[in-house]
Amino acid sequence: MQNESSTVLDEFQRGDPATFDDAFETLFHLHQRTIFRWLMRIVRNPAAAEDLTVETFWRIYRAHARFDPERGFEAWARTIATHAALDWLRTQRSETELLMDVAAPPASDPAISAEIRFKTAKAFSRLPPKLRIAAVLAVVEELPHKEVAAALGISVAAVKVRAFRALRLLRKDLQQQGITP
Amino acid sequence: MNAHEEDRMKQLLKQAMPPAGDAELERDRWPAMLQRLDAQPASPPWFDWALAGGLAVFAVVFPASIPVFLYYL
Repeated sequence: MQNESSTVLDEFQRGDPATFDDAFETLFHLHQRTIFRWLMRIVRNPAAAEDLTVETFWRIYRAHARFDPERGFEAWARTIATHAALDWLRTQRSETELLMDVAAPPASDPAISAEIRFKTAKAFSRLPPKLRIAAVLAVVEELPHKEVAAALGISVAAVKVRAFRALRLLRKDLQQQGITP
Repeated sequence: MNAHEEDRMKQLLKQAMPPAGDAELERDRWPAMLQRLDAQPASPPWFDWALAGGLAVFAVVFPASIPVFLYYL
């Protein structure tokens, strides 16, 4: 993780026209890659993650006065990125190919056919976005629940509930297609 | 869904959607950021207010829609 000096953070937070633009540019260059990787974990689409990186920093730019230097820039930026990704997921139609852009697993379970994996990914894309985000971060990416909770602005318990509901709805959808997981 | 079924679903989901791994940003997005900063806001404030007003009226006329709306937030 890259660190920025407290001076840069203070200049960013204060919004003084004499120093704000330089501070923002410094923060952008320090964190654009981290934010992109975070967004990729959620949207799984490189082009969308690139656009959302810019959207995230646009929101950061506008919200600079609400930034609390005590909390740290990256955690704050990640929360904003998560909400930008959530908004994007809501605008996407279900059953698009959002989830197909990441390469197939290197060590696929031979008992799970490619067709079942495809149908699972499609069924997952039909879930409500807020459940999808919790499940993809907590289950697929195996991030600590605390980290997911901070990014979503909810409690750890709520992350567990959302991930569980996502799995339950996914199972139900697959069962309706005649697939018994 | 019991614990065993939950574990099965987790495995299936991980197989269907492998982790994004170390995806890397292939180009600097600063030029796009500058373009965005120079652009006008996408939606004029009057539209935001009209939308908020419309939603408020809808919620008053159909209060049963509030939980449904909150669910999808």
